[in-house]
Amino acid sequence: MRSENNGSDVSYSAADTQADGQGQYLTFILAGEEYGVDILRVQEIKGWDTVTPIPNTPSYIKGVINLRGTIVPIVDLRTRFGMVSIEYGPTTVVIVLRTTTVTGSTILGIVVDGVSEVYNIRQEEIKEPPQMGKEADIRFVYGLATIEEKMIILMDVDQVLNEKEMAVVEKLVA
Amino acid sequence: MSIDISQFLHTFFEESFEGLDAMENNLLHMDVNSCDVEEINTIFRVAHSVKGGAATFGLKAVAEFTHSMETLLDQIRGGEKTLSDEGVDVLLRSVDVLRSMLANSKAGNELDFIESEEIKKRLDELLDKGSSKKTVMKPVVERKDDQQITNWEIKFIPETGLFKSGNDPVRMFRGLSELGIMEATVNAESLPDFESLNPEECHLSWDITISGKISKEQIAEIFEWVADDCKLTITSVEEEATAQLVENMVPEDVKIVVPIVKPMPGKEGRATQTESASIRVSIDKVDDLINMVGELVITQSMLGQLGQDFEMSKIEKLSDGLAQLERNTRELQESVMRIRMLPISFVFQRFPRIVRDLSTKLGKKVELIMNGESTELDKTVMEKIGDPLVHLVRNSLDHGIEMPEMRRKSGKDEIGLITLNAFHQGGNIVIEIIDDGKGLDKAKILEKARARGLVGSDEDFGDDKVADLIFAPGLSTAEVVSDVSGRGVGMDVVRKNIKSLGGNVEVRTEAGKGSRFTIRLPLTLAILDGQLVRVGEETYIVPLVSIIETLQIKKKYINDIAGKAQMYRLREDYIPIIRLYQSFGLKPDQEHLENGLLVVVEGDGQKAGLFVDDLLSQQQVVIKSLETNFQKVQGLSGATILGDGTVALILDISGLLASAKDSAQMQASGAAA
Repeated sequence: MRSENNGSDVSYSAADTQADGQGQYLTFILAGEEYGVDILRVQEIKGWDTVTPIPNTPSYIKGVINLRGTIVPIVDLRTRFGMVSIEYGPTTVVIVLRTTTVTGSTILGIVVDGVSEVYNIRQEEIKEPPQMGKEADIRFVYGLATIEEKMIILMDVDQVLNEKEMAVVEKLVA
Repeated sequence: MSIDISQFLHTFFEESFEGLDAMENNLLHMDVNSCDVEEINTIFRVAHSVKGGAATFGLKAVAEFTHSMETLLDQIRGGEKTLSDEGVDVLLRSVDVLRSMLANSKAGNELDFIESEEIKKRLDELLDKGSSKKTVMKPVVERKDDQQITNWEIKFIPETGLFKSGNDPVRMFRGLSELGIMEATVNAESLPDFESLNPEECHLSWDITISGKISKEQIAEIFEWVADDCKLTITSVEEEATAQLVENMVPEDVKIVVPIVKPMPGKEGRATQTESASIRVSIDKVDDLINMVGELVITQSMLGQLGQDFEMSKIEKLSDGLAQLERNTRELQESVMRIRMLPISFVFQRFPRIVRDLSTKLGKKVELIMNGESTELDKTVMEKIGDPLVHLVRNSLDHGIEMPEMRRKSGKDEIGLITLNAFHQGGNIVIEIIDDGKGLDKAKILEKARARGLVGSDEDFGDDKVADLIFAPGLSTAEVVSDVSGRGVGMDVVRKNIKSLGGNVEVRTEAGKGSRFTIRLPLTLAILDGQLVRVGEETYIVPLVSIIETLQIKKKYINDIAGKAQMYRLREDYIPIIRLYQSFGLKPDQEHLENGLLVVVEGDGQKAGLFVDDLLSQQQVVIKSLETNFQKVQGLSGATILGDGTVALILDISGLLASAKDSAQMQASGAAA
């Protein structure tokens, strides 16, 4: 299974979709929950394939793949969120996302249980994530939205490979 | 009407900097006694274009400054003045001032006027000296006093695209009116209807009469910038005969500018500046490239045709076609690489100046010889090798070459010799810096190194190893810390920079005879010769340059040290064994050393044996950065894509050895505690 959504000529930035009030979100399933990412950040969706593991990196970095000549790191989102990891099945896919960091835009793939839908969500439908104390790690959550009685967790993709955190990891490894 | 000319600003700066380099070069080669007119002309042209450009872009200070230079040069060119040593000196300093002015303008900084004023004063002094002509600022007008008053008729018919090249007739008329009494009549015949008028096009033409003590060259000079874009006739009313038609002149030096984005992101962390630079590529190289792409297209269509109705009988044709494709691809790759290659003279050309300035300052007599200036290397490598080279040359001058009387005493020629060599050797470029000075004082180096605790007091060192110590941080043998050298921060940085380019530097020295620094650099940073090795299920690439040898492990040569670390006896040496599977947390085929292979590698002057499961093929690999989308990983210098499309990681031997050392130390200290 391989569907492509190459939006390379679409301009993207978090502000773009959030400013005009309505944005499209691609949702995917992770441990029974539905998460959404800004569709303009999605470069393509591809099936799970073997990766080249990188030594001395945190466990959620599965490795790197060759995406038409570009080396792209793959993050297991379950491990990243501290969930129990499962055997990869036929619905397991890699969503290739473009993220922005201080230094520019980078590409990264996330491994999820399966893709779900594309929803139109207006800005006013997105609610701030509640403060849940120290226990819960909500840095990845950009907002919550309700579609057909279901809660969708909208993810801030720029936080998946967070610069500061990576720096800490680097120190630990070294 | 105005158009946005800022888009040309970048080109202006680039061309100006190049021009200034050429200017400096010419000045340095200039022999004041036998002045070559062509050289003066070259220098003059640079000053002239910088002035014109600066005025166009509103850099008034630069334009004014260059004007003084230009005036002086013009007088020298016209034979009114002779160029003195002092003149060369002032002009050289003017080049410096201009360079810093332009650099500041480019960065958008405030200009520093103090130095430029001083130099400008000196320029003006030179202009006044021995010149009977009064006005300095407008020498053009009074340059030829004996000239008769002439009336000129100028027909100026610009092409419609005149404005697009950043020219404005008004500016030219202003320039003309400075020459004499001018009258211009505009001819608006070809002006289209208002509806179809494009305000960015010029449809006007002018008839101009001008009278005064003016030469034709002076008028032509004003129109010099638009000569390519117009029809221009300059006729003297007296002598109608000298009509001239300047039409669409082809610039003599055809070069195209290909913008490239630096492929190597900054080594330090991810704070990469995405500044796009451009290089000038000679038209031959581009033509070559186009030819090759043409061939590639032909091969591709041939293969495409073959594929449409393929049968087994055509297999030979297919393999022929594939062979051709391979050749095309390789050639194409080579020529694309060549685009990034520049002759090393780009770096070398700054040395005559440095040597001249520094030797004057230090009171030494030095001759600089440069060989192999046309040796080509990658632009990225070139940019990064500049500073280390400057450092080494300054060092040779400061520490190496002795004072003239010292040299006389030791029976050498008073004039010291510094030789810069560049040549290709294998896949590397080698740069040598040789001086015939006093050589390194090994005893002193050793003493200093011991004082700083860099080596143990009882350690014995071979000669080469001692010389190598100068690359250690914090070591300088200069007795006096000057602004030239002696702070001991240089050589370690030099080595670090060269290492970061995948090269190495070594020094050979002989007391009293001189020293020789040899720098070896890869030709390009994009491709690397690699040995593929297998560890468990993973394939890694070891850069071929760092491999010394590969051997089957013999049990009797393995020595355990404190039960943890293992050493391997390689002839006289003992080298530590690094188990790659351990460093990388993999599952190997076997853990017993005697069943595996040892790849002996060298990094940072240290040897070590990498324990791997298997050796695969050797091949050239294209280096892909891990940092583009991820980050730097300890022990890895990048990744590449193998023939089957999978990613293989390239080992960074120095980093690997360093981290192995760290972990060994940690283990050792852990065991002790």
